[in-house]
Order: sequence, then structure tokens, then C-alpha cells
Amino acid sequence: MTTAPLSAHGARRGFPVRPGRIITWTLLFLGGLVMVTPILFMLSTSLKDASQVYDLRLIPEAPSLDNYVTVLSDGRFLRWFINSLIVAVCVTLSNVFFDSLVGYTLAKFNFRGRYLVFIAILSTLMIPTEMLVIPWYLMASNFGWIDTYWGIMFPGMMTAFGTFLMKQFFETVPDEFLEAARVDGLNEFTIWWRVAMPLVTPALSALAIFTFLGNWTAFFWPLIVTNSRDLYTLPVGLSSFAVEQAIQWEMIMTGASLATIPTLIVFLLLQRYIVRGVMLAGLKG
Amino acid sequence: MANIALNGLVKKYGSTTAVHGIDLQVKDGEFVVLVGPSGCGKSTTLRMIAGLEDISGGTITIDGRVVNEAEPKDRNIAMVFQNYAIYPHMSVAQNIGFGLYTSKLPEHEKKKRIEETAKILGLEKLLDRRPSQLSGGQRQRVAIGRAMVRNPAAFLFDEPLSNLDAQLRTQMRLEIKKLHQRLGTTIVFVTHDQVEAMTMADRIVVMRDGHILQVGTPMELYENPQDIFTARFIGSPTMNLLPAHLAEKAGRTVAEIDGLEASVAVPADYAKAASGSEVFVGVRPHDLVVGAEAGEGSFALSGAVSVVEPLGPETLVHLDVGGTSIIASAPGKVIPQAGQRVTVHATPGSLYLFDKKTERALCRL
Ligand SMILES: Nc1ncnc2c1ncn2[C@@H]1O[C@H](COP(=O)(O)OP(=O)(O)OP(=O)(O)O)[C@@H](O)[C@H]1O
Ligand SMILES: [Mg+2]
Repeated sequence: MTTAPLSAHGARRGFPVRPGRIITWTLLFLGGLVMVTPILFMLSTSLKDASQVYDLRLIPEAPSLDNYVTVLSDGRFLRWFINSLIVAVCVTLSNVFFDSLVGYTLAKFNFRGRYLVFIAILSTLMIPTEMLVIPWYLMASNFGWIDTYWGIMFPGMMTAFGTFLMKQFFETVPDEFLEAARVDGLNEFTIWWRVAMPLVTPALSALAIFTFLGNWTAFFWPLIVTNSRDLYTLPVGLSSFAVEQAIQWEMIMTGASLATIPTLIVFLLLQRYIVRGVMLAGLKG
Repeated sequence: MANIALNGLVKKYGSTTAVHGIDLQVKDGEFVVLVGPSGCGKSTTLRMIAGLEDISGGTITIDGRVVNEAEPKDRNIAMVFQNYAIYPHMSVAQNIGFGLYTSKLPEHEKKKRIEETAKILGLEKLLDRRPSQLSGGQRQRVAIGRAMVRNPAAFLFDEPLSNLDAQLRTQMRLEIKKLHQRLGTTIVFVTHDQVEAMTMADRIVVMRDGHILQVGTPMELYENPQDIFTARFIGSPTMNLLPAHLAEKAGRTVAEIDGLEASVAVPADYAKAASGSEVFVGVRPHDLVVGAEAGEGSFALSGAVSVVEPLGPETLVHLDVGGTSIIASAPGKVIPQAGQRVTVHATPGSLYLFDKKTERALCRL
């Protein structure tokens, strides 16, 4: 009882900090550095002109926003940006909706074969994407989905991982919440939408962030399924900068810098809910 | 307003039977309390009435209509849960208003109802708060408000007070009783606390292992328990049971307390009804008084005091009577010392005789 408050005070008032703390902070700092350095290089390169690209200084000699002007005034970039946005937003909304609908059903309804369905969904997690690409491609080409938005999106519209995640979270929602609504006369869909979903916002936010990021940065499948430049997503489009002429690193880095913006926005918007959700979870009733 | 009838109601979970064909009539406007130990099937029964559990057998009738197959929403009943089940993402007003979610009332009418309900429950200043900013008692009031706002035909409560501390419990008990007097709506209330049952109920239903043992007013159950279980369940502290056997003595039938000199006369008719000679003599601690005058035909026991629990108006005295420990009472100002030998008396008519084998009550002595 007496030592714990003392040491807490000690740390806050600048008393000698325990060695464990120093090691933790050092490791965290090094980890952060490793993560941030490439991003700093990306930003710095985007501010350099072509002649300085291989000059590895972090602070550009004559920083300028010319690259941004070039990239943004090039209609193709904007087009790819919008394509990526359409794909990522649609897939994210679809996952948030369907993964949680299925997860909820698996968590909260007792029906014959429920366990089997769950195992079947989980088992798809064991199949690596590389193995799925060919069947996906055959399917897309049979249905005429090649070179369409739907063709880019369809494999990710629902994921086993998302379903699993949501099921686990819905299991933590007390049945009484749902039963109270049932007695109040709500139908099952409304109970899910108005009662269960708001109670799992932290999980929904996490799922939305993962899905958005995954699709925003997806490269392999969009590359395979798109032919026309107008349908490229941003990563595919940016990489085409590299193959066309000599590699224009400064342009790629400028595009990549711009590409991080939606990611940041999504994170900043949803992060709030994650924190709030954690606080909610700590309260009884 | 509704009466509720259960006829041969059965609930099976796979091979285990939670409720064994119970019959119960709840009259319109009545406050009925289901009471019994954990796992006796109280919640299951209540949830079947609410429509939250399928029925394995028998019927449930609400206002003359068999509702076995009816969805919860078509039964016009409201339920209050043990853990309140109020939604953390909604304000108090939204939570109370949630009871009206499916109602076709115009918005301003809904708002009026919410405000009226909040006023009755003393929540009018808290309407904009979130559940996390409320105390336990306030949360429970919100849950009751959500049930009330719909004006249901009946309320079902499943141990709504068990998460509250003792003082708040007493207060909420009173408030629910007042609410019932004011609204006059039928209430079925589940608890495992006999004090709650005694203080609130018009009629108490004692359940055990999925059976109904006895139904009656609190005083009926207290005065005339039909078996040992009810006798010991109702009333606090618990009724003392002294093992005894029936014997003939000077041409009269008596129950002789095992291992003691004491005995009580038993009317011959009742003695014949016993399945054997083994019986229990039961006596409530309040009827077994330290220092009472030994009157005509009174029942006396003496023993050494082991523990005393002064409660103010009276003192509970734990006695060791020939190896059996029993609880007696003493008037508040009389506080015997531990180790002291005392004699306790019970007046005629305050003893109960139970059959040991069948556990049924035989008569009062
Ligand atoms: N979903 C279920 N599956 C199997 N058995 C169940 C289920 N729900 C309840 N039971 C069993 O049915 C019996 C009655 O349970 P119930 O919840 O009605 O008890 P209770 O009287 O409400 O007890 P408590 O005071 O602890 O709430 C118990 O033996 C319990 O184990
Ligand atoms: Mg229960």
C-alpha cells in the first residue's frame, strides 16, 4: 500500500526513474525511429527535384512543392486516387456490415450447424491469397468482371477474419441488452443495428481501419484484374510511374505522400471511438 | 392490466428439466413474487412468460389468450433485468424512450410520456445523462422507467435489486411497492431474498427444483408453511428444527425431542398421519424467548449460550441444547453472557410438527 503511491509520485516529480523504465523508453524510441525514418525519407524526397533524389540528405537543399503541383495537375493521379477511394470505402463498408451481421448471428443465435458454419468460415483463413488468385481470376473472367470496380472489390467484400473478430466481440455483449430490446418489441434486425452494433464500436473501428488500410494499399490483385489505366488503383498507378520511363522516384514519393492522407484521416476519425469504446467496456451494466 | 395463468408449464433443456409442470394464476393487478434458492427455475419461468424462452409443455395464458407461440413483442409485457440492461450509448431520456421505439405515438406525445415517467421515478434532472454518470439505484430506476413508459399489461422483474447495496435495496423495494400501488399493474417479481418476497408480495410462490411448493400471502406462508423447506426459507432467522420421535406416554401421543427431556403432546389424528415415528419439532427464534414466564403447557428448553447477537430491539441468542445448536431471542435489554445457562420458553401454538421422511408439515402444536 505504501510503496506503490510513493514510486508513482517519484516518477512524476523527477525522482530517479527505475532502470526498467529507461530500457522500455529506449526500445520504444528505437522502434519508433525505425518506423518513422522511411516516412521522413518519403516526405523529404517528395520535396526534392529529380537531380537531388540520390542525394540522401534528409533535409532537401532547396525544398519545393513543384512535385505536388505536377502530380496533382496530372489527371491520372487524381483518377487513381478516386479509384482507390471508391474501392477502399466500398469494401470497408461492406465488411463492417456483412462481417458483423454474420458475426452477430454466429455469436447470438442458436441454430443447428452454427458451429460447422463457424469452422468453415475460419478454415478459409488457412488458404493463402496466392492460391486464391487464380480461381478469383477465372471467376472474374467468366463473369465478365475483369477490368471493373466490382472485379477489384469482390474478393474482399467479406472476410473470415472480420467475421471472426466481430463474432468474438458480439459474444461480450450481454444477452440481457438484446432481450430487453426484444421485449420492447424491436425486430431482430433493428436490435442488431440499434443495440448490438453501437455496443461494439471499438471493434467496428478496428475492423474499418484494418480493412481500409488493407485495401488502400492493395497492389497484387488490383494489378492483375485491371487492364485499362483508368481503372488502376493508386498503388498500381504509382508503380506504373516506375516502369514507363526512367524511374521517377520523386514523383512516386510525392504520390505516396499524398496517398497517406486518407489513411491518416480514417485513423484520426476512428481512433476516438476506440478510446471511448474501451472506456465504455469498463462500466457495469 | 392483465391476469396471467400458467398451466402445467414445463421447460426442458435437453435432458434436464428446469421447470416441472407448474400451475399458477396471477390475478389482474396482483403483485406476485417467485422466490426460491438459486437454480430452482424462477428466471426460466419468468423468461417463458416474457417469451424469451420456448415452452416445452403446458400453456401460458395472458388475459385469456394463449401466448405460447406469441413473440415477446405481441404479449404487451415489460421486463426489468438484474443487470439493468440500459444502453450505455444512449442518454437517460433515450433509454426510457427506447421502450416506445415501436410505438406509433407522435413525437411530442412520446416526449411527454418520457417526462412523466422520469418525474414519477425522480429522474427528471438526469434526462441528459449517460448511464455511466448514474449511480446503481438511478440506473435501476431508468430500467424501470423504460418498462413503465410503454404502459404494459404486466411487469416482469428478474432480481432487479440484487446488484444494489443493502440500504439502496430497502429503498428501491419500497419504491417498487409504491409504484405498484400507484399504477396497479400486474407484477411478477423474481428474487431469492425472502425479505424482499415478504415485504413486497401480495402472494408469494415458493419454488424448489422446478416445482412450486406453496403459494400464499406472506402471512399464510409464515404461519402455515406446508413443508420444512418453506418453513425454513420464510422468516429470518431461520426456524429451528429439533429432531424428535413420536411415542405413547400415559395414554397420550407425544413428540419427544431426541436426546432431551423435553416433549410436546401431539393430537392423535395428526400422529396417525405421520409416515413413521421420526419427526421434527420446529420453532421460530422469535417464539423461543429467553426469560419468558413459564406458562400453562409452555415448551421449555435449556442450554448454554454460545453466541449473542444484539440487534437493538431484540437479541438473538445461540444456544447449545444437548448438542443441537438453536437460535432463540431475548428482549432487547436482556443480554445473556456467553457460557451462561438459560431456559427458553415457547407458548403453546407456536410449535410446528413436520414429518421427517416426507418433509410435510403435520400440524401446529
Ligand atoms: N440455457 C440453459 N441450458 C441448460 N440449462 C439451463 C439453461 N438455463 C438454465 N438452466 C438450468 O435450469 C435451472 C433453472 O435455472 P434458472 O435460471 O431458472 O434458475 P433461477 O431460479 O433463476 O436461479 P438464480 O437465483 O440463480 O437466478 C438451473 O438448474 C439451470 O442450470
Ligand atoms: Mg435467475
